[in-house]
Amino acid sequence: MRILTYIRQVLDAEESVHIANHAVALENSKLVMDTMDEYGVEEALRLRESGIEAEIVAVAVGPARVQDALRTALAMGADRAIHVETDIRLDAIAVSKVLSQLATQEQATLIFSGGQQADWDSHALAAATAERLQWPQVTWTSALELKGTTLTGKHDADEGSEFFTLELPAVVTTQQGLNEPRYPTLPNIMKSKKKEMRKESLDQFGVTPKLKFVTAEVQVKDRLNKILDGKDAPAAAAQLVDLLRNEARVIA
Amino acid sequence: MILVVVEYANGKVSKSTWEMITAAQDSAKDSGRDASITALVLGSNVAAIAAEVAKAVDQVLVADLPALTQYDPELWSAAVAQIATEGEASLVLIGGSRSGREYSPRVAIKLDAPLLEDVITLKAAGETLTAQRYTYLARVTETIEAAAPIAVVTIKPGVFNPATPKAESAEQFDVDLSLPTPRLKITDKTVERTSRVGLTEAEIVVSGGRGVGSAEGFTQYVEALADQLGAAVGATRAIVDAGWRPYSEQVGQTGKTVQPKTYIAIGISGAVQHLSGMNKSKTIVAINRDAEAPIFKIADYGIVGDVTQLIPAILTELKK
Ligand SMILES: Cc1cc2nc3c(=O)[nH]c(=O)nc-3n(C[C@H](O)[C@H](O)[C@H](O)COP(=O)(O)OP(=O)(O)OC[C@H]3O[C@@H](n4cnc5c(N)ncnc54)[C@H](O)[C@@H]3O)c2cc1C
Ligand SMILES: Nc1ncnc2c1ncn2[C@@H]1O[C@H](COP(=O)(O)O)[C@@H](O)[C@H]1O
Repeated sequence: MRILTYIRQVLDAEESVHIANHAVALENSKLVMDTMDEYGVEEALRLRESGIEAEIVAVAVGPARVQDALRTALAMGADRAIHVETDIRLDAIAVSKVLSQLATQEQATLIFSGGQQADWDSHALAAATAERLQWPQVTWTSALELKGTTLTGKHDADEGSEFFTLELPAVVTTQQGLNEPRYPTLPNIMKSKKKEMRKESLDQFGVTPKLKFVTAEVQVKDRLNKILDGKDAPAAAAQLVDLLRNEARVIA
Repeated sequence: MILVVVEYANGKVSKSTWEMITAAQDSAKDSGRDASITALVLGSNVAAIAAEVAKAVDQVLVADLPALTQYDPELWSAAVAQIATEGEASLVLIGGSRSGREYSPRVAIKLDAPLLEDVITLKAAGETLTAQRYTYLARVTETIEAAAPIAVVTIKPGVFNPATPKAESAEQFDVDLSLPTPRLKITDKTVERTSRVGLTEAEIVVSGGRGVGSAEGFTQYVEALADQLGAAVGATRAIVDAGWRPYSEQVGQTGKTVQPKTYIAIGISGAVQHLSGMNKSKTIVAINRDAEAPIFKIADYGIVGDVTQLIPAILTELKK
């Protein structure tokens, strides 16, 4: 079988956010593979290590720098990569048009994608891709097992979690808790440099985004920052309760 | 018309539905568009839900079918797309719940429509929709725009003021649906119920992190304080992963987003993934023994000190 893992490159969670020209400026910031996508790469590798014959293809859409994140996926163990290069920022519905066509071309039967994007906070890519392919989907998985073409596992729902079973092909979203992603070892980083990184141009996919990004702002809510010293616990407790009752008026 | 897909739980229309109705009204103001609101109720044994929501909209469409007993993304998206097409909707509003965010992209693809996810404001002018949403783990507010005859929008919970029901009820109609056979088979569920007020509906949320020490510590400090204040309880991923608390209580990027009037963080460091689920709370209170903990940067009130001493002292003070 062939597994596609969709990879995104995002601002490292520890970095602060800067705005320039009405958008988040990423130059000079540390960029990493979206953590949510790492779980997908790891899960694909584990499926293969469990004895399933699978080729793992890492896919990304984005500017030239995105290939660094694809290299990370290759260094973790993915077999090859496809980079659809564009400087245009595309929304998830637009990207799903690319990903679904690649899945068809590559005859993939399983696609992994992160549950929520750490930059656009979007959940939409997996479902949109599944719909275009007319495949089922399962989101927010926390346990997966594949036997033949039957995928079973556990995923998070609105309240609590559900156990499911599903026949491939399918699109699956991943998240923290599904597994513990491995760090690329030095020999694997060296090996990954020789792995195939195919470049594709966006043109052939016929993408016309319907969403326009107008502005971005960092709105920081002013906080009072009244922080008390708690060495004398009864005194600090009395003072805090007084502030919450009589200043903030949030408790009775 | 504007189509609002009704969210409900435990036999009651959810707060998110009343918020969607306000978002629908807001969007249509001065827009020159047809501002009539149609509510769509999908499910099985949903007559009470339909009757309840009828008090705040212009028309209610009801699909009360055994096939809709269990939510499924393919079923829900097929139903919503069919009704939106038949009713020539210009706008489809879906809740920003986990399920809403999961099936809405399918609706957008079926309708060849733009998808505006998790919006916090929504304005229409002619065919153009403008919305704001949070990005970068809720640190950035982005403005997006789409011009199309029909658009699919998910509404971020806890942002719009809930609409108030009127005295008179709108007319209800049963609808026929042609539905696919679900391919995702749910074999078992673990539903986590609580006797407390729901996390996303509560005015006060008391949350605990690893700093409460143990599952027992959570009960002793966090639950005790929550019960004293009539609050909901929340948890960090760290303690959910440790098995101290159920996943349904998790706040953050991979859990729930809450926006209560007051959020009290006990023994929580304040990692960005946690903050993204609560940083819009009106008043934030933090208790942590580490003065450098990032949670204090976004706190309005706080105490640097030990949970095991401070919470009993606060409980004593509250009972005075
Ligand atoms: C992809 C991804 C998604 C994630 N999603 C989420 C999410 O949805 N929600 C979430 O919460 N996290 C999430 N995380 C995890 C997040 O990064 C943090 O690891 C987590 O929030 C930390 O939880 P904590 O504050 O309980 O623990 P810690 O970071 O260990 O903090 C414990 C705090 O307690 C204080 N403390 C200890 N003892 C005491 C005491 N006796 N008295 C007072 N204070 C004390 C310490 O000073 C410390 O600040 C995610 C991470 C990733 C990578
Ligand atoms: N216009 C853009 N400017 C900066 N980064 C972008 C732009 N468009 C896409 N990206 C990045 O390209 C990668 C792929 O994004 P996406 O197409 O959303 O999957 C991510 O790293 C995005 O952050």
